[in-house]
Amino acid sequence: MTRFLLTATALSALLTALPAAAQEMRIGLQDDADILDPDQSRTFVGRIVYAGLCDKLVDLDGEANIIPMLATDWAYSDDGLELVMNLRDGVVFHDGTAFDAEAVVANITRSMTLEESRRKSELSSVDSIAATGPMQVTFTLTAPDASLVAQLSDRAGMMMSPTAAEEAGADFGQNPVCSGPFRFVERIQQDRIVLEKFEDYYDADRIHLDRVTYLPIPDTTVRLANLRSGELDMIERLAAPDVASVSQNSGLTMQETVGLGYMAIYLNLGNGERSETPMGQDPRVRQAFSMAIDREALNQVVFEGTARAGNQPFAPTSPWFNTDLPVPARDVEGARALLAEAGIDRMPVEIQHANNPVVTQMMQVVQAMVAEAGFDVTLRATEFATLLSEQTAGNFQLSRSDWSGRPDPDGNLHQFVTCEGGINDPRYCNPEVDRLLNEARASTDTEVRKAAYDAAGVILNEDLPVIYLGHQTYIFALDDSVQGFEALPDGMIRLQDVTIAE
Amino acid sequence: MLIYIAKRLLIALPTLLIVSMLVFGLQHLLPGDPVLAMAGEERDPETLARIRASLNLDQPIPIQYLRWLGGVVTGDFGTSLRTGEPVSALIAQKLPVTIQLAVMAMIFAALIGIPTGIIAAVNKGSPVDWAANLVALSGLSIPNFWLGIMLILLVSVNLGWLPASGYESPFVDPWRSLQTMIMPAFVLGTGLAATLMRHTRSAMLGVMSADYIRTARAKGLTRREVILKHGFRNALLPVITLTALLFGELLAGAVLTEQIFTIPGFGKLIVDAVFNRDYAVVQGVVLCTAVGFLLMNLIADVLSVLLNPRMRAAL
Repeated sequence: MTRFLLTATALSALLTALPAAAQEMRIGLQDDADILDPDQSRTFVGRIVYAGLCDKLVDLDGEANIIPMLATDWAYSDDGLELVMNLRDGVVFHDGTAFDAEAVVANITRSMTLEESRRKSELSSVDSIAATGPMQVTFTLTAPDASLVAQLSDRAGMMMSPTAAEEAGADFGQNPVCSGPFRFVERIQQDRIVLEKFEDYYDADRIHLDRVTYLPIPDTTVRLANLRSGELDMIERLAAPDVASVSQNSGLTMQETVGLGYMAIYLNLGNGERSETPMGQDPRVRQAFSMAIDREALNQVVFEGTARAGNQPFAPTSPWFNTDLPVPARDVEGARALLAEAGIDRMPVEIQHANNPVVTQMMQVVQAMVAEAGFDVTLRATEFATLLSEQTAGNFQLSRSDWSGRPDPDGNLHQFVTCEGGINDPRYCNPEVDRLLNEARASTDTEVRKAAYDAAGVILNEDLPVIYLGHQTYIFALDDSVQGFEALPDGMIRLQDVTIAE
Repeated sequence: MLIYIAKRLLIALPTLLIVSMLVFGLQHLLPGDPVLAMAGEERDPETLARIRASLNLDQPIPIQYLRWLGGVVTGDFGTSLRTGEPVSALIAQKLPVTIQLAVMAMIFAALIGIPTGIIAAVNKGSPVDWAANLVALSGLSIPNFWLGIMLILLVSVNLGWLPASGYESPFVDPWRSLQTMIMPAFVLGTGLAATLMRHTRSAMLGVMSADYIRTARAKGLTRREVILKHGFRNALLPVITLTALLFGELLAGAVLTEQIFTIPGFGKLIVDAVFNRDYAVVQGVVLCTAVGFLLMNLIADVLSVLLNPRMRAAL
């Protein structure tokens, strides 16, 4: 009997034994990252991993302002055609290569020229870059571009070891070497990415973790179960229905922040035959549709109040939000009147949307709301890859999709609504909007830019190529032993100052 | 025997060729553009054109197929569009995981399914038989994803006995590997146990009513000897065939179970690949799965020949 008890105790002790928690952090991600090469990658979770792995020229603070990182200060020339950046001294890459102006030149050149690079459009305004001192680089631009510095706060500004990048070429992602607080240890596809503390990090005082493991766990319930059972210290993108239960759980804490992106419906205005409907041709019909939507109710019903209602490409919390155009209340009578003015009593509308439960529910609520104003909506739930190609090809009337957002306002507008915009799927074209957005892009004066965006916003709010519905929030759930984490609007997980209490 | 196996392998080749053509064709029939899926948010027309050309996706489908086939013949399965890793490396990484899960699930299935099948058959019509049938039916009807989540909540969250999900290679940490695999293997095993139980039961029923069983009983053997030595050994044949076939199916990956328990096996690989239109990976995995299935079929046949002297004579 004693022996049995002993064995049983030993067995249960073994079963419950977890890996030693000494400053090792385990983070649950929603998906698996794609290739770990900042020039080639495209996933959101990939950027989360880079926040530990690869430092950037500049970073963002809690208000999405740009702050120094590997570049200590920068200035545009008066004509806006040159950007001079001074670099931080004493930084080394994980392989020991020193960080200097030549390294920055090599990195930006790689981003602009590597065949597989996905950063080319972000750096399209850069004509050339040169080292104008051992610790100074100068970007020469083809046209003034105020958004360039903000582009450098993300993957385009991530610095890889030039030695490693040259050696590995397009295979850099198999063993990425950067200069961030943690260096790459191993990756098993769809299972984990492991980083460990980089001893020679320039800002080592702020790094308290020895090891970080990122685990992709797509199922939200399982991700949360792992956090509850202590297998994980932190998870990203907590599902809205779980917020209540996490806030009641004494062992867990939450951090949330309004993201930089938006949720919207794109309307086909000129992309092929399917734009030839009253919805595509008459702005009054689009305005009626927009008026019939109760945006705050959408937020309450679908997101349990965790998202933000919105009507612009910038969230109401953003400094770029046009306060003259507040988020409107629902106005069914007004919508009916506008439709009547356009000579329509009831009309059919088809909306395609991604086939996940949250978006589907959201669109069903919209369907019910606009029905009262006279729109008979057919919903077409579409698998995501298909939705994208239909939207690009113009095979849609209305298409519901999200934009993850960019720190510079240009990234939320220019490419979507200018006549030649790269992802202008509605094929909207208004020379006045083009003029204003180009002006905003060319100026480095925040007030001039704000005025231009406000003016463009007024026009877009009448033409409505895009109906904005609201803004996502990023919700993180953490074990209460994790301290020092702060959620920023870009949804990244910065590990500076994060500690795990014993 | 060897000639028989060689013949079977030779016949398998055209089957594989047809499978690969079908999969290739079906993938291209799917709406959705791999280039768009790859480009993500940076999907301006120039980027799209550049990616399309760099992956030869701008060429006619038959040419793409021949290129792929040419690669396979020379041992090159192509590279993943999404991560840039060679498909053969991905398969080598995932196959052991899937095999481990399949073996453990099969052990659970056999441990539960075969004994209950025998007990049910021996006690045919009694409450024991009903109970066994009830268990089997529930095993078949309970969806894996539900059972999986319930187990995670009970065993990991409430009791804290096992990790909720994840995977560790048995060569790195055998104990943790076992811990992470027990629940998913059990979940997968229950469904299969039900099938095994039903087949064991009916095979046993057939055998137990045979003349030689009556003879064995008549010559005074114990009940135990009659059931196990004479009954079960003769009923074993269809059960083994079925086990091999079920195992072949498991090799295709258990999509839902792997998704719930976040096990990086074939199931997760192929689902992610389909969503990302990662053609080369889908092709490689399906081909590999088809080979596995054909092999298990062959093994099932060889085993039944080896175990059955009459069939051996016929060969």
